[in-house]
Amino acid sequence: MSSTIIQVKNLVKKFGDFSAVGGLTFDLYEGEITGLLGPNGAGKTTTIQMLLDIITPTSGEIRIFGLDMKRHREEILVKTSFSSPYVTLPGNLKVWENLKTFARLYGVRGIDARIRELVSLFSIEDLLPKLTSRLSTGQLTRLNLAKAFLNEPKLLLLDEPTASLDPDIADRVLTMLTKVQKERKVTMLYTSHNMAEIERLCDRVIFINHGKIVDDGTPEELVKKYGHEDLNDVFLHIARQETR
Amino acid sequence: MKLHRINALLIRNLYLYKRSLPRLMDIFFWPVMDLLLWGFLSVYLNQLELGAPNLVTFLLGGIVFWGFLHASQESVSVAFLEEVWEKNFLNIFVTPLRLSEFLTSTVLVGLVRLLLVGSVMGAVALALYHFNIFQFGFYFIPFALNILLFGWLVGIFITAVIFRFGTSAQVLAFGVLFLIQPFSAVFYPVSALPASIQWISYLLPPTYVFEGMRAVIATGTLPFATLGYALLNNAIYLILVLWFFYRMFARVKEKGLLLKLD
Repeated sequence: MSSTIIQVKNLVKKFGDFSAVGGLTFDLYEGEITGLLGPNGAGKTTTIQMLLDIITPTSGEIRIFGLDMKRHREEILVKTSFSSPYVTLPGNLKVWENLKTFARLYGVRGIDARIRELVSLFSIEDLLPKLTSRLSTGQLTRLNLAKAFLNEPKLLLLDEPTASLDPDIADRVLTMLTKVQKERKVTMLYTSHNMAEIERLCDRVIFINHGKIVDDGTPEELVKKYGHEDLNDVFLHIARQETR
Repeated sequence: MKLHRINALLIRNLYLYKRSLPRLMDIFFWPVMDLLLWGFLSVYLNQLELGAPNLVTFLLGGIVFWGFLHASQESVSVAFLEEVWEKNFLNIFVTPLRLSEFLTSTVLVGLVRLLLVGSVMGAVALALYHFNIFQFGFYFIPFALNILLFGWLVGIFITAVIFRFGTSAQVLAFGVLFLIQPFSAVFYPVSALPASIQWISYLLPPTYVFEGMRAVIATGTLPFATLGYALLNNAIYLILVLWFFYRMFARVKEKGLLLKLD
């Protein structure tokens, strides 16, 4: 059986009277790609930010690689990475300057070779001398993904990574993610509103709404359980259940 | 602390300096403009023969040390604001970067900038007014370090305030020192102030630096007591400012404000 990479127990986050996350408990296993799904405001981003120690939980426990996040942040984050098209790299640096900066932050050895490998993988070799502010949205997303792989992460948190990509590039990104996951057993937590993508990529799906887990299973299990044709209908079913 | 992470942020800031005209002007233009204004005023006052020995040296020493203070404070604040303007906090704080490493890198950026500003101002003061900053000899070093430390502490304090209260507070980064300038004995001794407000001056480390600098010029000896007070004041501010900074950062993480800084 695969080892546990993330253990979350009774995770709660309150902002004043508002409960953004209301007691999440789940485990993620090595090499698994898990989709964290839910409507806007469900608590996905807050959960990811707590896993990255950007937001302090009100209560509960986060253990990653068997280590307590409160006491072992540095050891955890050196093996973890994050990418979101909504969080861009500094526009006033050139692409190669950004990649070198983050490679240095992670203490990557053989920085130039690593950057060459990643820019080739994401087809952004030509962008290296350009200012980051001059890149298109799709190019920025690929740059963000290249940055996310600089430290050869064991855990990758991806927040809608293909949101702004054309179908060709999105397909290449998904293929690459699948390949990396198989080759390196990278554990991924993946949020997206593209259910076809989730069905293709994820081994498991956790649905959350109002900060609580609504359901958890493989895409096939959930489609069968709710009696729908695909995961998109399951999503609509779960998201609209509360508003009926 | 890991050197490679401090180095990463230091180099990231230096990348920006090499192609940013406003940043280069902060080093090579504005300090020289200040020096020209105050330098020519000093020369004029000297020509009036007011019977005040060392007047030009006092004023030029004041403006050069004030330039150091301004450069060290602003470079720390601007290095931080750079991350705010570029919305880069999430990117850097999801790496293993520690808060202490972030602070150290901003302080080192300040040191690099100070060396550049100091070199430019020192060279211009020597060329135009025959004012040699090294006339203080080794006495120059402890005073410069004290002024540098206080500049960093003000910069870190402003950083903490912006962290907590957002960019509406960023105006502090460019103006807060002018609030303390009248009380810091930059161009005149504390005794020139009304007795009822002199206590404010004695709460500020730069006061001891500027008073000490004038004592060195007038007597040629190092006033150890004055230097000791500067160090003591700075040590107290160091503890308070670091406590405040860490407290504010913890609050920012509790409130989820790190991503909302823009």
